[in-house]
Amino acid sequence: MYKPKPQQLPEHLKEGASIMKIIRLLLIGFFLCIICMTSVSYAKKITIVTSTADLAALAEEIGKDKVKVMSIAKPTEDPHFVDAKPSFMVKLNRADLFIESGLELEIGWLPTLVIGARNNKILPGKPGYLLASSGIRAIEVPAPEMSDRLMGDIHPLGNPHYMLDPLNGKIVAGRICDRLCQIDPENCDCYKSNLYEFTQKLNRKLSEWQSMLSPFLDTKIITYHKTWGYFAERFQLNIIGELEPKPGIPPSPSHLKNLIWRMNNEEVKLIIISSFREQRSPEFVAAKTGAKVLALPIMPGGQKETMDYIDMFDHIVNQIVSALKTKTT
Amino acid sequence: MRWLLYLLPIYIFIVQNFVPSVYSEDTSSTGYHNTQPVTTVKGTKETREISMSKGEFTQIMDQLQGMKSLIETMKQDYDIRLNEMQEKIVSLEKEKELLAVKVHQQTSALQEEKTPKAVSIEKETLDEVTKQFAELEDQVKDIETNYGSQLEEMQVKIASTQSTASLTKDTRSPTAPLTLWSSGKNYMNISFDGLFSVGASTDDDVDSLFGGGHDPNQRGFTLQQLETTFEGSVDPYFQGQANILFQIDNEGESFLEVEEAFLTTMSLPLNLQVKAGTFFTEFGRLNETHPHTWDFVDMPLVNNRFLGTDGLRNPGARLSWLAPTENYTELFIAIQDSQGETAHSFRSEEDMFGREAVETDVHNVRDMLYTPRIKTAFELTDEQTLLLGSSASFGPNSTGSDNDTIVYGTDIFWKWKPVNAEAGFPFITWQTEVMGRRFEAGEDEESGLSRDVFHNWGAYSQVNWGFKKRWVAGLRADYVDGLEEVFVEEHEEEHEEEEEEGHHHGGEGSGFERLRLSPNITFYPTEFSKIRLQYNYDNILGDDRTEHSVFVQFEFLLGSHGAHKF
Repeated sequence: MYKPKPQQLPEHLKEGASIMKIIRLLLIGFFLCIICMTSVSYAKKITIVTSTADLAALAEEIGKDKVKVMSIAKPTEDPHFVDAKPSFMVKLNRADLFIESGLELEIGWLPTLVIGARNNKILPGKPGYLLASSGIRAIEVPAPEMSDRLMGDIHPLGNPHYMLDPLNGKIVAGRICDRLCQIDPENCDCYKSNLYEFTQKLNRKLSEWQSMLSPFLDTKIITYHKTWGYFAERFQLNIIGELEPKPGIPPSPSHLKNLIWRMNNEEVKLIIISSFREQRSPEFVAAKTGAKVLALPIMPGGQKETMDYIDMFDHIVNQIVSALKTKTT
Repeated sequence: MRWLLYLLPIYIFIVQNFVPSVYSEDTSSTGYHNTQPVTTVKGTKETREISMSKGEFTQIMDQLQGMKSLIETMKQDYDIRLNEMQEKIVSLEKEKELLAVKVHQQTSALQEEKTPKAVSIEKETLDEVTKQFAELEDQVKDIETNYGSQLEEMQVKIASTQSTASLTKDTRSPTAPLTLWSSGKNYMNISFDGLFSVGASTDDDVDSLFGGGHDPNQRGFTLQQLETTFEGSVDPYFQGQANILFQIDNEGESFLEVEEAFLTTMSLPLNLQVKAGTFFTEFGRLNETHPHTWDFVDMPLVNNRFLGTDGLRNPGARLSWLAPTENYTELFIAIQDSQGETAHSFRSEEDMFGREAVETDVHNVRDMLYTPRIKTAFELTDEQTLLLGSSASFGPNSTGSDNDTIVYGTDIFWKWKPVNAEAGFPFITWQTEVMGRRFEAGEDEESGLSRDVFHNWGAYSQVNWGFKKRWVAGLRADYVDGLEEVFVEEHEEEHEEEEEEGHHHGGEGSGFERLRLSPNITFYPTEFSKIRLQYNYDNILGDDRTEHSVFVQFEFLLGSHGAHKF
């Protein structure tokens, strides 16, 4: 049996040889890694990453089993303040389509993720990047002289909560379908029929919702944040004020005092807040005015009753109708 | 150089698989509406080359751009109109329904009342109502047809523009080096951040008690920093950022500092990313961040002593790789210059361990500063995230020609935030960094010191609790071990000398062993401002004394708010 003698090589050469070995191993590993990555990347579902859960719900409607959808912000979370967790970089890194809500909703957390994701496909200008707000008529766009942080945390491009108008949801669904067709032409017909199905259902539901809410035309309500503008416009509710004195500024005693006075004067019987908001100040105001507080979801998912986009509106409309009914009778 | 051979297959592989794909991506994904361009060209497929001047070409490109935006606006317009139309239809339908109900009620009332009484509603009204109803129906139909034809028109228009656009596009030679969307986002975000503090300490030499370059430097007011940040997309390939700092030292002297200026690549293949320019080394968690994002008024002692008053930063380049694993893992390797006051434990001009700094040059690549780092994240639950990292910096130091320093460290960050947090509150974070330094001190004949190796370590650990919207309470514990006793005194003397000369001294003054506890509370009126109260219990174990300091810090931010890192 042959045994290699340890003194065969001079010291420095031996060291070199072991380094060579390590380098060789590393390179082979690296090489294999790349091969694995590229071979896996074929023959898989279209991966869609969205910034918020409402967009994810729509993408799910259009893509159904052809896509894998993931939302960065949780449905229960305040969409203005989301943690830019590194794991989202990994998700964005593998996305084929990235849908952003826009109108500066995600400005505080998204940019670092997109830079870190190093995914060429989802950069603005590519088919894999969809700005959902393009094609939407933004409301509450502040006048230039009001575009000042003196007015609180305003959105200079307009109110970003446009998905609370079902018709805007329809527009966005159409755009998602367009993009999916562009990225994955093979399944285009499938996406189109899904879109058709979805819009048909939404149309039906919309008139249902509108007739449900029609007895309460122009009912005066109060909201917490300027979240419900689009919804109120569509269903003709009249938002006469917010609990926040200015966007992003928590309710102050003097503002609440004013608001209570106004609510009593104008007989406002409903306060609508997003479900993640604190309930103390709304309950306080409600106690002083006899109004009812409704904590409603603004994103599909998170709750059993609101798993998809249409369910969410069903839930919202039902809740509002029953709240208004009990208050008016 | 045999190992180079092993690189060859990889190189070939990269060239074959990725380079063409990068190019093809650029050319194929230029337009938004390019779903059916191929069919339109196929009929007139010609292989002849079209030569044209660059001017002509750019003109065509511009036209194409214009067309693209036209299509986009048309689409938006059409969407909006569709929206409005829908609205109208829905409201009309509603009216129709209401009317139908009315008519129905009336007629039923009519029928009911027929037998016992005479007809109470005149037939004229009924006629009128039915007439109105018919009119309304007509209107609805009108709108429907109108809208249908408009829609068709629009579609035809879009299709025609699309085909012309794709035709124009396809005349472009694929080898043309110009990219189609060079007129992308060309904006720059500018923001300005002011950070101030006011306070008092039992130690009259606040500047040396707080070693950090942006820490409070005297009793009374300190302008910690005025930072101007510029950032934006350079072009489709690079993202640029620059942080220019103004500061006033305790002598009242203003000075300007380029803290960072670097570009980051946006489209390298293989999950790679390069950062180049002058930047904070990605060492641990705190070093790469700017003072205004810190959770405490001052810099941790260990960062100060090992990485320098202004943090470790220098011109250089950094390559990072996002591993293709399920959880986040990123590898970094930075190569930077190893000299200057921003490379404190390396080739700085300060005397270290009693040895006078000697002039050292860069002879080969080994004389640069290398910083590898690995960072990985775990989503423990929906509400908890854990981040782990390890870093090390290798480089020569200035105590002789062949002496190296290694600063190594590990960091951990944990955050809890409930799924239904409002405005990011409440939350709890825990962050800890432990660092060690191995310092090879060279021989110094003048002071009669021989070659020696010194080991030091230090750590900080901090907890922050956002207990209520806009309110955060924090507690930090700091520890650094002492330098060898004989050098501590020298260190002190040097420091005093420098003070007399009026120099801004770098480095946390004395090399004593120290233990510090800092509770604080911060109020964020909005995310653009903050007010912080902090107390430091500073036990300078090596010198057997205890110092107390209290500070109020305030910050304001103008301009765009940079996105938060995690």
